[in-house]
Amino acid sequence: MLRRVLRPTLGRSLLIRGLSSRSGNSILDWDGNVSEIKKKIRSLIPGEPSNFLYDTKHLPPEHSDVVIVGGGVIGLSVAFWLKTLEKRRGAIRVLVVERDQTYSKASTGLSVGGIRQQFSLPQNVQLSLFAIDFLRNINEHLAVADAPPVDLQFNPSGYLLLASEEGAAVLESNVRMQRQEGAKICLMSPAQLQKKFPWINVEGVALASYGMENEGWFDPWSLLQGLRRKVQSMGVFFCQGEVTRFVTSSSRMRTSVGEEVNLKRIHEVHVKMDNSLEYQPVKCAIVINAAGAWSGQVAELAGVGKGPPGTLQGTKLPVEPRKRFVYLWHCPQGPGLETPLITDTNGVYFRREGLGKNYVGGRSPTEEEEPDPANLEVDHDFFQNKVWPHLAQRVPAFESLKVRSAWAGYYDYNTFDQNGVVGPHPLVVNMYFATGFSGHGLQHAVGVGRAVAEILLNGHFQTIDLTPFLFSRFYLEEKVLEQNII
Amino acid sequence: MAAPRAVLRLVPPKWNVGRRGFRDLSGVVTPERNLRKKRTLLQFLSDHFYEVEFLREYLLQRQIQKVHLDNRAYSHIESTYGPDIAGAYFVLKHGGAVINYHGLDSLLSLKELQSLSLQRCPHLDDWCLSRLYPLAGSLQELLLAGCPRISERGLACLHHLPNLRKLDISDLPAVEFPSLTQILVEEMLPNCEVIGTDWAQGLRQGPEEQPQDTAGPIPAE
Repeated sequence: MLRRVLRPTLGRSLLIRGLSSRSGNSILDWDGNVSEIKKKIRSLIPGEPSNFLYDTKHLPPEHSDVVIVGGGVIGLSVAFWLKTLEKRRGAIRVLVVERDQTYSKASTGLSVGGIRQQFSLPQNVQLSLFAIDFLRNINEHLAVADAPPVDLQFNPSGYLLLASEEGAAVLESNVRMQRQEGAKICLMSPAQLQKKFPWINVEGVALASYGMENEGWFDPWSLLQGLRRKVQSMGVFFCQGEVTRFVTSSSRMRTSVGEEVNLKRIHEVHVKMDNSLEYQPVKCAIVINAAGAWSGQVAELAGVGKGPPGTLQGTKLPVEPRKRFVYLWHCPQGPGLETPLITDTNGVYFRREGLGKNYVGGRSPTEEEEPDPANLEVDHDFFQNKVWPHLAQRVPAFESLKVRSAWAGYYDYNTFDQNGVVGPHPLVVNMYFATGFSGHGLQHAVGVGRAVAEILLNGHFQTIDLTPFLFSRFYLEEKVLEQNII
Repeated sequence: MAAPRAVLRLVPPKWNVGRRGFRDLSGVVTPERNLRKKRTLLQFLSDHFYEVEFLREYLLQRQIQKVHLDNRAYSHIESTYGPDIAGAYFVLKHGGAVINYHGLDSLLSLKELQSLSLQRCPHLDDWCLSRLYPLAGSLQELLLAGCPRISERGLACLHHLPNLRKLDISDLPAVEFPSLTQILVEEMLPNCEVIGTDWAQGLRQGPEEQPQDTAGPIPAE
């Protein structure tokens, strides 16, 4: 291959040298010739940029088969599976549009990074099991030649869910289902719990479920970077910009019952560049809405939810940003290395962070005390009044703790049933959703990405059947409730 | 001529094509070292030619597959002769050198296993340690010295093994703070004798050479 590249340039260079020596000013022309040869060789090597009249390197390509809105872990996972499952190498052009390449507000990086199988829906358990298998072999899936391996920093310490008297029966039936799906969960009585973790106060606990294997927490940033590097090596285009407009065409259709509906198709996505008015229309066949907490807005741009209420056209994507606080505290007398991620009966959770007796935790606020999601400021009173009393009650050592730092992140909160939305929109026919996971998007991203890629390429779910997560449930008002939202 | 000189500069100092991918998978993660690595001719070619890139990816996948193949469970032996024979066969067949997460399957069904030596296994990682809890009833001795991929995150799972009497966690290069980790593990397993690092190890200067490819031949008893 190298020889073929070098041969024509070598021949040409000899010819040039011969000509210049004949004209007599060989030394003068020599430098000019060398730089010319250099330029020619460079233009022969593929992958080097050529000189265009206008530099459009910062713009996305003019057309792309699939445009993924949102470059978080879900968007990248969709891109990864699309490129992995494509029938021929390079068959699909994929463009990932991300508004903020620093991911400063993205839910991915601000998450606590937990992964568990203790869900109440079989689909969520399956997604977690698929993800844990992927993460275990992450360096095989995301291997890039010459790049260092992904250091996921997985802490296999498990989740410990506590249930009160009222919740015990539900917990038990959930665990039975989780075991059927293949998760390694064990049930513990308060006495067993006390024996295993002597630092817990078991007052008010009727039953506990503990993940023995495949549960814990990892570094979300490494997963994001690993995915990013891999999809980049697979030829996915990246672009920093914001989707501002969808150019659609619509056609009136009549359903079998005589109802008139407006079918839409997106033809172009307008991607606006950062800090400028410049935008690039990208022709596309498929748009994937993986914009996380802001996917409701993206759906609205495509006309989802703009119609008379009660109809399919007027059904909004019920996903909105919800602010969640995470606190990091230090407690020298706190529990040791064996500490799992503990979720109390009232939703207060914490886990160990590193070896220095630091702990990370928080709580989901109730509907009434929901903070304003406009900014990412932390409400420290929330910890004092709503979190700490429960922590100190459950683990007496936490009476004396010191909050070291705190941050806030967004949940892509599905107000309808706290579960993900996956698959196509019934009316905007080429918009696919992968959003609304209400806090467990990170751990389910890998499985969801595969499901979306499958339904796109094959027309149906193969690995995990996510039909209950289709958009149409919002219109039909069939709630697919997840009880274990932490 | 300028162009050929530029190419010559890219020739790697050592021609270690075949081993690179393998080491990247099993080696200790030190990003600084990887950043400092010079661009080699092979890297240059795979950056510019799809064929080279594809070939290298293919070879990488082959190496991964080989480890998987070595670690598949001997289900036919297990169904015929029982888990003990299957476990013994697995151990004898491989000399323990390539055991990974799936290979552990063969050992976990041994309900009376008292001593497990997994020293210097290049593929043994934190995920494997989180899987040892079925042996909690019997396991008394666990030797993990010299496994390059085991870190304190995996060691935290050993609280599932309350009967442990002896634990060797010396010479684990992926553990960031060996002495602190040893103290915490001792706290976690009060009945267990923890063999850790000597106090001087943390004071040693410079990067240490870790034996990565010399896998121990004694995996289990």
